[in-house]
Amino acid sequence: MARSLKKGPYIDSKLLSRVEELSKTRQKKVIKTWARRSMIPPEFVGHTFAVHNGRKFLPVFVTENMVGHKLGEFSLTRTFRSHGGKKSERGTKVK
Amino acid sequence: MPRISGVDLPRNKRVEIALTYIYGIGRALSKGILTKTGIDLDIKTDDLTEAQVKQIRDLINDEYKVEGPKRTEVQMSIKRLIDIGCYRGIRHKRGMPVRGQNTRNNSRTRRGRRKVSVSIAKKKE
Repeated sequence: MARSLKKGPYIDSKLLSRVEELSKTRQKKVIKTWARRSMIPPEFVGHTFAVHNGRKFLPVFVTENMVGHKLGEFSLTRTFRSHGGKKSERGTKVK
Repeated sequence: MPRISGVDLPRNKRVEIALTYIYGIGRALSKGILTKTGIDLDIKTDDLTEAQVKQIRDLINDEYKVEGPKRTEVQMSIKRLIDIGCYRGIRHKRGMPVRGQNTRNNSRTRRGRRKVSVSIAKKKE
């Protein structure tokens, strides 16, 4: 279910203040963060975040198109190794 | 048989339904169009007068994106998702369900026909 409009978007306040700090001093630093649930406001554009995926931090460079999405959408949490490799299937799947 | 934005409307259906044969118009929009033009929802398509058809056609042309332009709009928004590399975009790219459905079974519309595994295929021979 979508979030109520009344509340406005959820933006991690600590993250936002750090971004503003960096923007003021015109620095470009990678910000390490766990705040996957934070929405990306226009202020984030042009910054790079290292978003935690449960195991490591994946770099996400925020572009204008990404505004309105959440940080977690860009840092995948699952690894999928394809099914049915030729060798492994014959060896393991015996019916 | 009236033609609106390149689509033939079916003859003996209620206009409300007939309009949904146009890509980009569903029940809600169809109802909206008809109330705006003041046409009764329950008339059959064949009973529409020329003037009414023109009214509908003009309204659709002026205010809504349908058919070709609508298709490109949808394609563009999918392309945007793929380009920014978000989760939904990746699911689109891989042809997997996008909205968090289970993929243990089913979801065959997105994933295509079942791939027969090697051992089963051999048995059939």
